[in-house]
Amino acid sequence: MSGFDTRAAAALADSTLKTAVERTAGTAEAKRTLAVAAFPDFEAARTRAAAIKDHVIAHLGHYLEQFEANAIAAGAQVHWAATADEACRIVVDICRKANAKNVARSKSMLGEEIGLQHALAEAGIGRIETDLAEHIIQLADERPSHIIWPAMHKTREQVSALFKAKHRTPHEEDSIAAMAESARRELREQMLGADVGISGANFLIADTGAVCTVTNEGNAELSLVPPRVHIVTAGIEKIVPSMPHAVHMLRMLARSATGAALTQYTTFYTGPKRAHDRDGPEEMHIVLVDNGRTNMREEGLADMLRCIRCGACMNHCVVFRQIGGHAYGGTYPGPMGAVLTPALDGLAPNRDLVQACTLNGKCQEVCPVRIPLPTLLKGWREKSWREGLEPTSMRMGLGLWAWVARRPALYRLATGLALRAMRLLGRRGWIETLPLAGGWTRHRAMPRPAASSFMAQYRKERRP
Amino acid sequence: MTQQVALFVTCLVDLMRPRIGFAAIRALEAAGCDVIVPQGQTCCGQPALNSGDRDHAAALAKQTIAALEPYAAIIVPSGSCAGTIRCHYPEIFADDAQWLPRAQAVAAKTHEVMAYLDDVLGWKPDGVSLDATATYHDSCSGLRELGIKAQPRRLLKAVDGLKLAPLAGEETCCGFGGTFCVKYPAISNAIVGEKANAIDATGADLLLAGDLGCLMNMAGKLHRDGSTVRAFHAIELIAGMGDGPAIGEEP
Repeated sequence: MSGFDTRAAAALADSTLKTAVERTAGTAEAKRTLAVAAFPDFEAARTRAAAIKDHVIAHLGHYLEQFEANAIAAGAQVHWAATADEACRIVVDICRKANAKNVARSKSMLGEEIGLQHALAEAGIGRIETDLAEHIIQLADERPSHIIWPAMHKTREQVSALFKAKHRTPHEEDSIAAMAESARRELREQMLGADVGISGANFLIADTGAVCTVTNEGNAELSLVPPRVHIVTAGIEKIVPSMPHAVHMLRMLARSATGAALTQYTTFYTGPKRAHDRDGPEEMHIVLVDNGRTNMREEGLADMLRCIRCGACMNHCVVFRQIGGHAYGGTYPGPMGAVLTPALDGLAPNRDLVQACTLNGKCQEVCPVRIPLPTLLKGWREKSWREGLEPTSMRMGLGLWAWVARRPALYRLATGLALRAMRLLGRRGWIETLPLAGGWTRHRAMPRPAASSFMAQYRKERRP
Repeated sequence: MTQQVALFVTCLVDLMRPRIGFAAIRALEAAGCDVIVPQGQTCCGQPALNSGDRDHAAALAKQTIAALEPYAAIIVPSGSCAGTIRCHYPEIFADDAQWLPRAQAVAAKTHEVMAYLDDVLGWKPDGVSLDATATYHDSCSGLRELGIKAQPRRLLKAVDGLKLAPLAGEETCCGFGGTFCVKYPAISNAIVGEKANAIDATGADLLLAGDLGCLMNMAGKLHRDGSTVRAFHAIELIAGMGDGPAIGEEP
């Protein structure tokens, strides 16, 4: 069994995981449906969102330079990182120069992607995760299982037990409000004592140099404004030309992610504290990270760079709903993760991700930027086939099938014999175990075929 | 005016359930078509295409195009096979100046059978009756590649005595996914297990859909779970063949 198979089997055997995933994804699905129905012409809005991103991806250099100039004009410092390692080194260097002992981090998938948490630990810099779900993940010493709900795999009952074990003054009453209060007590003091605040970016606004973050807890604001230094790590594809474009994308993002019209907190950070500002960081650093994105654009994955990380594809994916996010093994799970992970970490160790999909198309249907995820997965499958990564049994089986299917007369003869053999295995219309098809009959019966094929019956009855 | 159409039977219907092919012929003839079954056809190549085996997919696509291109319309009793020809053949030959126009021409005149009867011919079954309650699953390729949703329901509504019970999650994949179901049997089983429960919960006597692969997956799971729900391709009922053996009742 592959690593994916092992992880998927463990996930399928975990009924608590299923409960946790179903509660959150089920709610998100229902709320998104209502939000989309209440939006005048959501389909046109998706088309516009895709067009905005396509335009930016096609003119990435132009908008990044514009963003850099405007961010510098606003007083920020801009850094460029070609790789994950380089991005981590830049962040750690800034922290060291600021003599930072503790950083407060506002949830960022790019941070996960580049392994920033490990780089900070290796540098001996304390890290506090301020997003409630990331706080849960940090306490449990686990990895995020969803891009917007990192602790989606845990039930509230499990979180309650975790807080009781780890918080200094945990909640007594098992209500969600009491649990949130316990997290607030635990986190607030540490957030205010951080030397550096680190965030990602939901959008980078080219014509103002602003960085936009969205949260529902206000933790980004409290992590980023009080400390002396604010560091942003952002993928280069996060750019949009101007505020009206950002606002359009925000309308798509919140509805697609949670079904809300807008997140509770939507903040635009433009440069560090100015002379007349009462608060804000003294320094603002923006690290623009490539980490394979330019290659993706050149190698047929430009459509994937439209992704705004809403999570709708995984919330609506029948496979994700059964196995959760950890089974995928990468930073990004679900359909978008199955396309991204091979680009980030290589196809050979991730060939299962591109195969473990029914190609039902639901992800593409709900994607706010119309990413053709099934088509991109099929592109990876072609590469996997070309590079000989698929199992010999599959290659030989399909090859034999195709060879026979290209010879109609032989095909009729061979399939006729196979049908007769299959019928011998059937009882009262069903075949309960079928050699070479154990994957099917282990879980379901195979209907016994008719006595002869359509073509044989048709030829007997009529002349073509 | 008699319209001559070619039936692309599909490999699964040819081998596993010929009744579906005969039902398609019967409905098309009732709608005034003269149905031809081109003999050069086997499989459209979808399993190879979805597995990334582009060379074999292209070879089977060429064979299929050559067999079907002489006819004015090509009718397929499967949303996913019709979708392969309509949506994906032109993609396969995007860089092949010789085959692209042929692929596009065949794609443009290929129709899923229920969509053809309803959208193109505006036909409805007349004098067909079946006293039963059925529930309908929207197979993914037909639904999302070809927009098949209202057509089967309109046709089924014209079957006297047939009641349709809504299926919770009718647009949710059943977990078949072609070779997916044998590559990842445990995940596929978990998905089809939920689908079977939803089907049972409708209280319907019959499960209907437009794709035999999905139907075999759901019917096989229902049978293994001990359910009494019987499964048919919707065209069987529409053609007045709903009183015969269901899937898994072949004599």
